[in-house]
Amino acid sequence: MDNLDQLVQQATADFAAAADSAQLEQAKARYLGKSGSLTERLKGLGKLDADARRAAGAEINRAKEAIEAGLEARREALREAALQAQLAAEALDVTLPGRGNLRGGLHPASRTLERIEALFRSIGFVVADGPEIETDWHNFTALNTPENHPARSMHDTFYLEGHDDVLLRTHTSPVQIRAMLAHVALHADLQTMPEIRIIAPGRVFRVDSDATHSPMFHQVEGLWVGENVSFADLKGVIADFLRKFFESDDLQVRFRPSFFPFTEPSAEIDVAFMSGALKGRWLEIAGCGMVHPNVLRFGGIDPERYTGFAFGMGPDRLTMLRYGVNDLRLFFDGDLRFLSQFR
Amino acid sequence: MQFSEKWLRSLVNPPLDSEALGHLLTMSGLEVEEAEPVAPPFTSVVVARIVEAEKHPNADKLRVCKVDAGGEPLQIVCGAPNAAAGLLVPCALVGAVLPGGFAIKAAKLRGVESFGMLCSARELGLSEDHGGLLELPADLKIGEDIRSALGLDDIRFTIKLTPNRADCLSLAGVAREVAALTGEPLALPVVEAVPPTLDARRPIVLDAPQACPRYCGRVIRGVDAKAPTPEWMKQRLQASGVRAISALVDVTNYVMLELGQPLHAFDNTQLSGAIHVRYPRAGEQVLLLNEQTVTPSADTLLIADEALALALAGIMGGEDSGITLDTSEVFLESAFFAPDAIAGRARGYGFSSDASHRFERGVDFDLARQAMERATRLILDICGGEAGPVEEAVSPQHLPARPAVRLRPARVRLVLGIAIGDDAIVALLERVHLAVRREGGDLLVTPPSFRFDIGIEEDLIEEVARLHGYDNIPAVAPQGALTMLGRSEDRRTAWDVRRLVAARDYQEVVNFSFVDEAWERDFCANADVIRLANPIASQMSVMRSSLIPGLAANVATNRNRQQDRVRVFEIGRCFERKADGEPVAGFHQPLRVAALAAGPALREQWGAPARNVDFYDIKGDLDALFAPAVLGFEPVSHPALHPGRAATVLFQGRRIGIVGELHPVWVQRYDLGPAPVVFEVELDAALESGLPAYREISRMPAVFRDLALVVGQEVGAARVLDVLREAAPAIVREIGLFDVYHGRGIEPEKKSLAFRVLMQDTQRTLEDAEVEQAVEALVRHAEATLGARLRA
Repeated sequence: MDNLDQLVQQATADFAAAADSAQLEQAKARYLGKSGSLTERLKGLGKLDADARRAAGAEINRAKEAIEAGLEARREALREAALQAQLAAEALDVTLPGRGNLRGGLHPASRTLERIEALFRSIGFVVADGPEIETDWHNFTALNTPENHPARSMHDTFYLEGHDDVLLRTHTSPVQIRAMLAHVALHADLQTMPEIRIIAPGRVFRVDSDATHSPMFHQVEGLWVGENVSFADLKGVIADFLRKFFESDDLQVRFRPSFFPFTEPSAEIDVAFMSGALKGRWLEIAGCGMVHPNVLRFGGIDPERYTGFAFGMGPDRLTMLRYGVNDLRLFFDGDLRFLSQFR
Repeated sequence: MQFSEKWLRSLVNPPLDSEALGHLLTMSGLEVEEAEPVAPPFTSVVVARIVEAEKHPNADKLRVCKVDAGGEPLQIVCGAPNAAAGLLVPCALVGAVLPGGFAIKAAKLRGVESFGMLCSARELGLSEDHGGLLELPADLKIGEDIRSALGLDDIRFTIKLTPNRADCLSLAGVAREVAALTGEPLALPVVEAVPPTLDARRPIVLDAPQACPRYCGRVIRGVDAKAPTPEWMKQRLQASGVRAISALVDVTNYVMLELGQPLHAFDNTQLSGAIHVRYPRAGEQVLLLNEQTVTPSADTLLIADEALALALAGIMGGEDSGITLDTSEVFLESAFFAPDAIAGRARGYGFSSDASHRFERGVDFDLARQAMERATRLILDICGGEAGPVEEAVSPQHLPARPAVRLRPARVRLVLGIAIGDDAIVALLERVHLAVRREGGDLLVTPPSFRFDIGIEEDLIEEVARLHGYDNIPAVAPQGALTMLGRSEDRRTAWDVRRLVAARDYQEVVNFSFVDEAWERDFCANADVIRLANPIASQMSVMRSSLIPGLAANVATNRNRQQDRVRVFEIGRCFERKADGEPVAGFHQPLRVAALAAGPALREQWGAPARNVDFYDIKGDLDALFAPAVLGFEPVSHPALHPGRAATVLFQGRRIGIVGELHPVWVQRYDLGPAPVVFEVELDAALESGLPAYREISRMPAVFRDLALVVGQEVGAARVLDVLREAAPAIVREIGLFDVYHGRGIEPEKKSLAFRVLMQDTQRTLEDAEVEQAVEALVRHAEATLGARLRA
């Protein structure tokens, strides 16, 4: 039945020629519709005898299946083409910026303070806090700095009008006293006082203003008091901290004798980087020492039984070194062109 | 303190170069701040004499000099006004290289040949003086290299001494330290008593022996105050940062630098009767050498004669009794004043002096007589004259005591964390002249008269640490019991808050805690400001009671720098007066978090319409910070804020702060551009996050009904919501506002609020009737309570 094969071929060709589904349905009607060529042939089967009808029927059905398969394939192809066309039409310029806002950021000194807290927390230091308007007693007297002590001239202190005994704290060290008194009161019932391990970040104030001094700046105080805390421990903790903070294992750290009324022995801590713009220069970074027995006594702690170390460092300076900032005043100026670099 | 390296090396000379010497000092606690050459490098400059100075034939201002520089006479053309025959001057020979690399060559100046250059002090980098040639002392050797003739190959060390190391405020003190650290021998000048050749005495009365327990005085007559100071002394002074002035002044400065004993020279003819060391009488005044007239406070010790107060003891001499170039009779003072009697006094008068700096830290109380003899010898040698006997008034029981301090070697090992033996400790202490006696296992240590910083065991532990070397103490990782630190889940940290606010596109700032008083007045209506007694500037004179003015100032600053979109926040303390404030009585010092947004709501972009931030933007940011907690808001009047666009913020029923738009008056006055919006709340409230609590999820279908209610414009949305919730039966799970409308179809004084009501039961499907009943109940209640009506 060449005729049927031709029909199938013809149908396939017609389907392929249909450019859209309407044309395809018209083409389908020509073969499979009520008066379509194949339908007509099926109708003609009745005239044949039974055997011939069976054989011819099978032939026609095969042809019908072939035509239907061709139709379905073409439908699928048209659907796919339509989808592709739609997708192509919907394409965006993916290089255009996204909508909405980005993020702000933390102040560079905050980034440093957060890191300092996290590093010290990892060896069991907790954060302690103290007021910025502080009593003269906490800021000086209890830190072994009595009236007229030459060390008081090291700090140019802001006082409040109408108050002789109240000032803006010149350092975070008064938090040591507050923390010790609170700790002792909390553990008064115990035979052995648990160790004090605190750091106290905060703002401090001195009458000073130029490119490297601001009348307000940040400080972080640290204090560790226990039964066997030594200067060797102090060196270990500080050196460990500085190397972790700067993420530099070869950072050079040196301790050199110094004087603070509230520690003895006292030391200044210098660091030197092994690379970078400041390579090889000793940079003063913090002061520290073993807590003076008078300070422990003011804190309610027996200096015979307990020893401790304390340190105070300038996180602003650490921040400047870490990010290469050369003017401290930028920290307190609120200039977004500067601050937004630290997102 | 500054000193000449050469001078130091004349007392102790360790085999170390200058840099190593500086390092040694720094690491022993005498921090070297600077070590600078006394003169910059230059070569081939010699001492020369101008033999002849003739006018230049072709130039009015130049002279042609014949110069003897030790060899053949040189012809040198010179423009200096003081070039004159007979003068000794520095001469740069042909081939010399002056500071800055300036090479001297033979040259022709206006047709006359010149072989070298005569130099001013500035040309040699010795000072800024360029008024003429540097005139050299007549006794210098012609032809000698100027660097050695003037001692210019020297280094001026500047050391930063901590207040406890007063004993190093002299060459002798530093030398003692270097000798102790290096083991090199110490060669201090031998001071011999100058026998009196005159019987001139001035009695001394110690009226306040606890403040001045020792006072030596001596009359020297017939001195020539105009005698030149010898070159060697000038050089040492200048290389130690002290300007040479006149022989008598120079000698007192020299001895103070050398031994550490401040001295004062009075003009003896200006004194009458005995010297009294006493406290002031009412109304007494002293005209000081610095031309300042002071009325000394009752606790300022004076030197007086029988008529008048002459000087502030240990601080500064008086103008009227001071020496001049015409002085021929000197009364020389060498005394010990107790540190407590001097400390802080000079600062109280607004100055400091070398003497007060030393006395308030502690001067060797056994040094006065020795220094007196040393100064007498130098004065007699330089200025001539005859000395009377030393009058010494002393009150031994008031001299500082030097009780032995007990040191337990085991304590040294514990505090320092080092294994150091007893003998090693003793050896270290003895190196710095501490007398050590053993008693049982302990050491009894007696400090010398020049050490004022050794009174307790820790002082000695510090000495051991310093001399052992901080570098030689190991850095160890501390050992201890490992227990974990707690962390509350229902509290945020301040860092969490910072990150939450920053995530809403705010940049953190740190503003000063003190502000301009005008801001406090305008933004806070603060009539009772906390004022600084000594502000650094008027715009930093009062403590802030709010973070908002600082943030507003950030807007102004950034607008001046072409940054119109400003979104900033700060966490910081504010300050208010409060009688029972904690922890400092009289002050409340809460931590707050505040944010400000100004200018475009969005970063400049293509995909969203541009508009400026408004009240609801910042309110949304505040809601987000506290979520999942829900804040309450009530209209409020606040001096900083627009009266119709300001709200109090309520958190769990507490008033925790404010949110609003800045008042247009301040926006205009401070040029803040499009109205900034702000919030400021207590940080403590923002830290409360609460713990999540699980509630069963209903499997039953939810029913939604929308409800538009028309109410008066003045009725707040929150009020309507509250009213609806009051009337809501149990099946109502949520009521949310989703639209606000006023305009066509609504009376002008009314608004329409649209709510979506979610109803659901956990056990069963709701029936239509009960849903309708519930909606009905809500509407009825709103009608009855608020006069609301359902929008048609």
